[in-house]
Amino acid sequence: MLADIPILSLITFSPLIGILVLLLLPKQNSRWLKVTAVTATLIPLALSLWLYADFDGTLGGKPYKESVTWVNAALNKETMPDIASYLFKFQYQMGIDGISLPLLLLTTIVAVMAALASVHVKKRWKAFYLWFLLLEIGMLGVFMARDVFLFFIFFELTLIPMFFLIGIWGFGGREKAANRFLIYNGIGSALMLLAFVMLVMTAGFRVDQVDQQTQHVYYSGSYEVIKDNLTDPDSFVNAAPESPLHMSDTMRWSIFILLLIAFGIKLPIFPFHTWMLRVHAEAHPAIVMIHSGVLLKMGAYGLLRFGVFLFPSQMRDWATVLAILGVINILYGAVLAFRQKEFKLVLAYSSISHMGIVLLGIASLNEIGLQGAMIQLVSHGLISALLFLIVGSLQERTGTTELGELGGLARSLPFMSGILLTAGMASLGLPGLSGFIGEFLSLLGLFDSMRVLTAVAVLGVILTAVYVLRSVLAITFGPMPERFGALRDARLVEAVPMIALLAFIILIGVYPSVLTEPMKHGFDALLQQLNVKVGG
Amino acid sequence: MSVDNMAQQSFLPLTWSDAMYLAPEWILIAFMIVLVVLDLALPRRSGRKVIGWLTLAGLLTSLGFVIGQVLDMNAGTEWPIRLLGDSYRIDAFGSLLKILFLSATALIVLMSIGTVKREDIPDKGEFYYLLLPAVTGAMMMASSGDMITLYVGLELLSITTYVLVGIRKHSVKSAEGAFKYVVTGGISSALLLFGMSYLYGLTGATNLGAIKDALLVQGAAGDIQELLYVSFFLMLAGFGIKIGAAPFHFWAPDVYQGAPTPITAFLAIVSKAAALAVLFRITFNVVFPLSNATDMYLSQDIFLTILVLAAAAMIVGTTSALRQRNAKRLMALSGVANAGYLLVPIGVSFKGLHMQNVGEFMFYLAAYILMNVGAFAVISVVSKATGHEELKGFAGLYYRAPWTAAAMIVFVLSLAGLPVTGGFFGKLFILLGAAQSQAYWIVAIMVVSSVISYYFYFGIIRQMFMRGGGDEAEVDMPATTGVVVWLCAVLTVALGIVPGPVIGWVNEHFSIIRDLFIMSP
Repeated sequence: MLADIPILSLITFSPLIGILVLLLLPKQNSRWLKVTAVTATLIPLALSLWLYADFDGTLGGKPYKESVTWVNAALNKETMPDIASYLFKFQYQMGIDGISLPLLLLTTIVAVMAALASVHVKKRWKAFYLWFLLLEIGMLGVFMARDVFLFFIFFELTLIPMFFLIGIWGFGGREKAANRFLIYNGIGSALMLLAFVMLVMTAGFRVDQVDQQTQHVYYSGSYEVIKDNLTDPDSFVNAAPESPLHMSDTMRWSIFILLLIAFGIKLPIFPFHTWMLRVHAEAHPAIVMIHSGVLLKMGAYGLLRFGVFLFPSQMRDWATVLAILGVINILYGAVLAFRQKEFKLVLAYSSISHMGIVLLGIASLNEIGLQGAMIQLVSHGLISALLFLIVGSLQERTGTTELGELGGLARSLPFMSGILLTAGMASLGLPGLSGFIGEFLSLLGLFDSMRVLTAVAVLGVILTAVYVLRSVLAITFGPMPERFGALRDARLVEAVPMIALLAFIILIGVYPSVLTEPMKHGFDALLQQLNVKVGG
Repeated sequence: MSVDNMAQQSFLPLTWSDAMYLAPEWILIAFMIVLVVLDLALPRRSGRKVIGWLTLAGLLTSLGFVIGQVLDMNAGTEWPIRLLGDSYRIDAFGSLLKILFLSATALIVLMSIGTVKREDIPDKGEFYYLLLPAVTGAMMMASSGDMITLYVGLELLSITTYVLVGIRKHSVKSAEGAFKYVVTGGISSALLLFGMSYLYGLTGATNLGAIKDALLVQGAAGDIQELLYVSFFLMLAGFGIKIGAAPFHFWAPDVYQGAPTPITAFLAIVSKAAALAVLFRITFNVVFPLSNATDMYLSQDIFLTILVLAAAAMIVGTTSALRQRNAKRLMALSGVANAGYLLVPIGVSFKGLHMQNVGEFMFYLAAYILMNVGAFAVISVVSKATGHEELKGFAGLYYRAPWTAAAMIVFVLSLAGLPVTGGFFGKLFILLGAAQSQAYWIVAIMVVSSVISYYFYFGIIRQMFMRGGGDEAEVDMPATTGVVVWLCAVLTVALGIVPGPVIGWVNEHFSIIRDLFIMSP
């Protein structure tokens, strides 16, 4: 029954209801503004849970697809009088599969928690929540768009609200952080757009032969059209090199590398990571929850969806490169996280380290590793959202997140310290919590093909334990500064999202099938194709 | 047809029925004459608002006639109309541009009615009615098929804008801007004439179609190639100044700063677009046909030169705007970059399946008009409130005028080429076209320069939303300006959501052979 209603669009645009209500509310009424915003984020959560319950990942399962004609721009076909139509065809095309669904759920969950965490926002609530809900629309759209330009638009739709959210509601260096964010991500988007334009102009070309006389010629932005063209051995782009429509290897490699850099900036991959440190340190913690919890995942998703799925053979040739980049990320992030004196920067470097594991999972190019990467994405999203939720509450109370100034908080804030400790355990990969599953499967997958690199990567995992324990213990134990004696522990509005996030982390940790079940067949086609290529 | 015949034909007088086709131009001239007299007759103390409204009425009437012509074109009348031996053409290319010019000028007049004050501009009447011959000149340029009409149109446009730039008589900046504009404009005209004289010398014709025919006959000989290079490069430099493409843009910031804001908008839009339109015509009528001539690299080289000019404009425009603190100078440099974007559809030629250059050009031009008029309208009210034109005048605009700030976000996004705005799809279509012609390097330069431009465009947003209100000056938005701002904002977003019908309509109804190429009769 879900397939009959445009559920995907409903999920994506449901925060619009909140936006409309917010616009009608007076801007001084912070209480109602907050209630509206939180309620508005609950709608996509409820809808996506419904979708999850209804989702059937098997090959014969119901497809969730929506496709509406959007930009059908006629082109000049004067010199080709025989063809019936000649178009740019960009469609409003949404779809969901085993790879989108876990990330969609992650987005809706983190959005609710971040909306709850926004109780600490002190000014201009109305504008804050307007941008917040717009950001959510962008994020939801990214994971479901199935047309390259629609994807791009949703991707950019996350950029603009983030710029405002960082720049207005952040801490001291917020404007600089917002600028850096804008420029780095702008470069990423520009390269992505360049790659998409090249992709559409080569692999997006399609001729539909209706009958003898009628031919429809168009350039399509549809992901499926592009994918079919690239993978089908009989298509134009795979024709003999003499054909004008043949897509050269140079072209494929150029697009692949452009995409790798574009999504590498977002992920971030090692040399492109500086912007995200500032965002972690300067943005409001509720925004960092979104940023670290969801936005970084868009990089990995894009890499999978466009890099790996569209260019499997290029990916296979570069699997080692990707794995090495992953190992660098893990070690670099871990070592620098160990050296930080500011807890938010520890977490920022920890994110870099954890995203390295995702790269390893992708580089393994087998089912176990890819599933590991996906679980790692969701798991890290939840864990870092939880950690920054706590950071927000801590900073609200103590006014600082410097490790040197904090200490002994377990006495005055027992509940929050307990949650922090558990989140730290999840982050360092304690079995029974979600972090372990993601890391373990990713490494297990990679062990198949690259044993040495896996061994080096494991070293990084050990380092994780060191820096996480160092910083978490520095906050919770040790001597407590006098002024922290009278702090009040978490309020209900803070405790609820903490417990909820922790519950999800434990759920994935003890019962990973909640994630692996829907994505079971998500990689089938890719693996089959890789195997064919290996065999041939 | 031989050159002599063409020359004879061009002396055929206009018949009455021919003159009907010129109705849009006649109307503007008639309105101007009436308004000159009215301005004289009105008492000195009376506000000149009525002249503003009448100017607007003249523009809209003329616009109505042009639209009528375009609809007629679809009704099956024999097109194009070629007047005076092809020296003046009524075709889709010219008419679409006229629609854009007239709409842009109408918006500019409408936004001025509330903001132009006598203390600033002593001769308000003159300010309005001089726009009419200026836009007539631009329309002549869009319709010209002959170097003579082209030049007459250009000078009509230039001379009236020289006056308009200097119309703030008590302002030193305005006088300085006007002087600079006259001098560079004169240089531009000289270069153009010099380049054209070579073409005339080589072919004995001033008509673009006749020049093409003559060159195709002589081209194979090849001994005139060097002179042709000289001719085209001189003309490109001349047009480069007019459209403000780097490295010929140095006059733009000073002139834009000195001119009254609505006139700045007029220069940034109509002057620029008219020169681009003429360049478009010449390139595709004279240079493109030579691409099939053997042993002639001229055509490829000229197209490449145009693309290099485009790339230089984008890079120089965006990088030099980075440190700009004055709103109007910023818009001048943004205009340089935009001239670069608009040069791309001219420089990528027709290649393979790529023939929608006109559609790309017109769509981006429409988006450019909307975002520029909107941005200038906001700048004019903000600078009137604060008394200066620095960017910091925008500080805290969100607190003082939240809706105006919201509209400005739309214009900034569109200028930066971000969705969902007309500017995004305008750039996207140009990018797709360039990629279709395999000119990937220009695609790369375009996207990279767009990203650089984020920095300064978002600088305006930083001022509006992230800085406290340094100036507490109340922002007074006159109703007319408000209408312009919101019309532009809504249309910009509309172009960003449903761009297909607009560009599709242009591509479908525009025929290269009928509307762009000037064929021998």
